[in-house]
This record gives sequence, structure tokens and C-alpha cells, in this order.
Amino acid sequence: MKIHEYQAKEIFRQYRIPVPKGGVAFSPQEARKVAEELGAEKFAVKAQIHAGGRGKGAMKEDPSTRGVALVATPAQAEAAAAAMLGKTLVTKQTGEAGRLVQKVLVEEATEIDRELYAGMAIDRASELPVVIASAEGGMSIEELAKEKPEAIIRMPVDPVAGLYAFRARALALELGFKAKQINKAAGIFMALARLFLAADASLAEINPLVVTKSGEIAALDAKINFDDNALFRHKDYAGLRDIAEEDPLEAKAKEAGISYVSLDGNIGCMVNGAGLAMATNDILAVFGGKPANFLDVGGGASAGQVEEAFKIILGDPRVRAIWVNIYGGIARCDIIAEGVITAAGKIGLSVPLVVRLMGTNAEAGRKMIEESALEVAAAATMAEGARKAIEAAGIS
Amino acid sequence: MSVLVDKDTGVIVQGITGSQGQFHTRLMIEFGTKVAGGVTPGKGGQKFEGVPVFDSVAEAVEETGADASCIFVPPAFAGDAIMEASEAGVKLIVVVTEGIPTLDVIKAKRFATGCGARILGPNSPGVITPGECKIGILPAGAFERGRVGILSRSGTLTYEAAAQVNEHGIGQSTALGLGGDPVVGTTFVDGLKLFAEDPETDAVVLIGEIGGSAEEEASEYIKSGFKKPVIAFIAGRTAPKGKRMGHAGAIIAGGKGTAAEKMAALEEAGVLVAQSPAEIGVLTKKVLG
Repeated sequence: MKIHEYQAKEIFRQYRIPVPKGGVAFSPQEARKVAEELGAEKFAVKAQIHAGGRGKGAMKEDPSTRGVALVATPAQAEAAAAAMLGKTLVTKQTGEAGRLVQKVLVEEATEIDRELYAGMAIDRASELPVVIASAEGGMSIEELAKEKPEAIIRMPVDPVAGLYAFRARALALELGFKAKQINKAAGIFMALARLFLAADASLAEINPLVVTKSGEIAALDAKINFDDNALFRHKDYAGLRDIAEEDPLEAKAKEAGISYVSLDGNIGCMVNGAGLAMATNDILAVFGGKPANFLDVGGGASAGQVEEAFKIILGDPRVRAIWVNIYGGIARCDIIAEGVITAAGKIGLSVPLVVRLMGTNAEAGRKMIEESALEVAAAATMAEGARKAIEAAGIS
Repeated sequence: MSVLVDKDTGVIVQGITGSQGQFHTRLMIEFGTKVAGGVTPGKGGQKFEGVPVFDSVAEAVEETGADASCIFVPPAFAGDAIMEASEAGVKLIVVVTEGIPTLDVIKAKRFATGCGARILGPNSPGVITPGECKIGILPAGAFERGRVGILSRSGTLTYEAAAQVNEHGIGQSTALGLGGDPVVGTTFVDGLKLFAEDPETDAVVLIGEIGGSAEEEASEYIKSGFKKPVIAFIAGRTAPKGKRMGHAGAIIAGGKGTAAEKMAALEEAGVLVAQSPAEIGVLTKKVLG
């Protein structure tokens, strides 16, 4: 689960990671009010969407408006918010479609002396959480990894005990902090590790971490992603979810226990198992076709889930054919077949269907489909399924 | 010979009275696996399909002498179940449960390693030595005894690969489902080491997918002197960046972990890489003649 910057900063405050004073606003008037209450000399107005690159990104409706504005008065904060709210922000991370801006964060602006990067994630190779930091701030960690991999420092974190103080200080020293700043920076890294472990985060990022002109260290931006599998023990964070930021079909699928990812082709795919689902998309590409989606209907798929999966696939108007590719292990092919027949009858299937059933009770499943009134092309192998699906998508 | 499990392996099912546990315990018994006992705290003294149920893994191990366990308990309690089995002296812990928090897996793996236990999974379909023993949820019908070892991060794609190999009259020595999570107990390198030592395995089929660097590490290991031929398929060459493709571990993060990178690394190590999932059987046949 992703959350907004203003929500992440609220959690940072709880862990005593210094962040600029500020508040969220849902209207230009509110933005003005927040600015008035802050009473600062300068303000930052920041569009709140679940994607990075906002400072360089611009509104689709008005490319002269960026996702972050620096202003001097509450009236200007109101105007800046008015220019962002209700507009579509396109950044490097949003894709062409962009994201609708529905709230802004208004903060006291910070006088920056130096920008750094600090983050924390699970390092899959060492199977440990690690703090990742760099003296080079302002770039995304992906860009940094590509352009200056030698500038990235990694410090392992004990998954039970957290980040040891001596390692946190070693990190601060390596980043070039001096005198009193060493312990201040180390304290921030240790707090970040405490937060990460306590919240079951999958990513926590401060980019940039800044040293202000007055020598303070603060998190100018904040990002936290949570491990979805651990949300059951963090009910207090459940309210931070913003469904408006999620792809509606993907969100609908998730609720039904289905993994769905929208792609840009025209062949709808319904598969059981993530690996086989990816392989199904891949073989379509090998034969010159284009999958419209990745869909894993789940290991123990029920007839109801199959019906739900059909609705999701057909919710995409680009779909010209559907390929059902099932290898029954835990899932039984006769149950899948029943689901296909019922769903097709209920929904009134408007596109050609290719079905491949293998494994547990495959014979029974094939027979059920054959004897039904459905017009289905049967396939015995992956290659045959791919060819038939591509052909069907081409002529319909 | 085979790897990890054979006809003498005694198995304890943790979560035997749950619906998944019940269903697959029946299938394991039907297959011929020696299911020695089950564990559900609070249900000790009961029997399921003639198998004694215990309150703790320690009791179950003491009474039955079993050396392997299969975990079906819900994600919230699965990390604890792994540690309980490790401390009770279980040597092979097959974790079928999907959706365990990553930090729980990291802690449980460190604990298990300290006890000298091996974890297979989480989110694993299990392990099968056809004709001898199956632990987990693998459909027995997809496998035949033979001389190819299978290592896979995916369940259904393992069945697909096995069926393709069978079509050419080549069966499996052992198939290991490594699991689709970002952190797993047994990696490709661990699996290759097991097959290197197994005289009944002539070749290995490796089924990887996007995310992480386990395939790259396997390539390095193969280059350093793995003698048997390896055939590989990597799922997810059409997967977009930054999207989790069903498995918690199948994600191209920060532009790293793409199928193209993994395929290139494996090819460089001399592995025969299938361009399409339909070629796994043919390539295996080609290697073994």
C-alpha cells in the first residue's frame, strides 16, 4: 500500500524525524488558511499524488503549472493550490495518463544548504532490511543507481534489534556529516529503521534529506510503502489508503482475490498461478500477439471467482478475444469449466473464447465445455492456445 | 536417490485440521507420503484420517520421529510455525502458506538456519519425488519418475514444465517449488547444489521469473563449475516495470530484475534458455538426447 507525502510526514513526526511544519488542504481557501496559520516567510505548495517526480512534472491542462510551487504569501499559496487542484499532473512516474490532484500539502519553505538521499528497503540478495543513503540528493534512487552507483552506501539493519547506533554513526560519517550533525543524522537513520520495522514497511524514503542554512537536518519529502501482507496487524494505517489513486479494475480484482494488471494489448487472459499467467502473456508476444492484461485467478479458484475475472477482463473495452489457460493443481478444471459456462451465459460473452484446460479433472472440464452451448476454440498446448487467441483477436 | 525427500521421509502437517490442511493431507496420504502426524494447538489427541493430531510440533516429533513438516497455517501465524518446527528439530520445513509478511520470513529464516533446518518456500507448491514422497500441494498426476530435476519459483508453471518433459518420455528425479515470495528459504543456488550431488539427476530445468537476483546468482554458481546441463525459462518478459505480477516477489523494482537481464546472465553461463514457455520440453529432450 502506498500513502501520500503528508500522511508519511505525519508518521515521521511520531518517530521524531524532523519535517517542515505544514498541513494538507483540499481547496484553495484551505491552502490559504494553512499558510496563514504557519505564518512563515515562504511556503511550498506540493501536489499530493502517489507518484514521484512532482517538482519536474506539469499539469496536462496547463504545462506552466508544476507539481510543486514556492510562494511568498498566503494569497499566493491559495492561487498556487487553485492552479493544481482538479488538474492532472503528469510526471516521469505517472505515465501519459497522469493523476488527478485532489489535495495539496502547504509547508513552511526550507532554506537548503545541502541535499542528500536516505531510504530503507528489503535487500533481497542479503535477505535483510538495509538503509540506503547517498550524499547525492535530489535524484531518484533509480537514476542514482544507474549514473553513480559508487555514490550509494548500504548499511544492514538487524531485523529484530534494528539499526545499531555505531552503524548509524558510521553512515553519517561516510555521508560527510561533522561535529554535532553526526549524532543528529544517526538519530534520523535509527528512527527511520524503527519506523520501517514497526510499520512493516516495504519502502521508506527521504528524498531529499536536507541540511538547512541554520544547520538543522530535516526530511523535505517523505514516502512510505507498506507490505500489503502485514496490513492485518496495522489496522491503524488502514484509513490511510486512497482508493482514488488506484487503477479501478486492479482495485476491483484485489477485492475478489484476483491479481490483475492492465497491459496495452487486446487479448484478455485468464490464468491460474502467477508464473503461468506471466508465461501466457509472454508466449502471446512471442507469436506476435498482445496481451490486454495479466490475470491470476488464484490457486483454489471458485466458479464465482471465474465469473468475477470475466467481468474484469470485459471491463476493458480493448479486449477482442479471451484466452483461458488453466493448469489444474489445487484448482480443478471441472470447477473452472463450470465457472466459464455460467459466467459466459450470464454476462453474454461478446468476444471469441479460447480455452485450454490441463491437469486435475481436465477431461471432465473439457467435456463440459464441449457439451455446452458455448462457442469455444479448444487448445491442447500453450503454442496452440496462443495462435488461436491471436487469430481470434484479429478477425473479431 | 533423490533430493530432500524419499520413501522414508516422515511428515508432520502443521494446520492439519484447517480446510487446506485437510484436503492436501488426504492427497498426500493417497500419494503414499508417510504422514506421521498433524499439529493444531488445542486439538491434541484427535485423529484425522487415522493420523494423530498433537498440540505442538515438539510433541509430534517426539512421538513420531518425523523429520519434515508441511505448513498450511494462516499467514499471521506462519512465521511462528516455522520457528516452532525448527526448534523441535524438523530438518525440512515446506511452507505452502502465501502472504506471510516479509519481515516475518526474514526472522524465521534466520531462526531456522540457526537450528540447522531448511525451509522450502514460503508460497511454495512443495516438493515431489515421483513414486516416493510428495509434501505440499503439487498435483501428483503431472509428474513421472525420471532423471530431470526441476527448480521453480512458480507452481502452475512447474506442472506445465513437468508435463512437457513427460511428453518426451523424460521424467523427474525431484521437483522443488521454491516459492514466489521476495525472500525464500531455499534458492536456486541451494537447489543446484542438491542436484549436483544427486547421481539420479542428469539435467536441471530452472524456472525463474522477474524480480530479485536469484537467477543471476544461479548463473554465477553454474559458471563456477556446475557440471550438469541446465535448461531455463524466465517468466515475465512482457511484464511492466514497478508492477507486482501476482507473486509478492515478481516485481521489477528500480528497473532491476527484468527477464532480459536474467536470460542474458543464464545464457552467458551456458544455460539453454527457452524463448517461449512451449519450448521447455523440446530443449530438455535436445540436451538429454
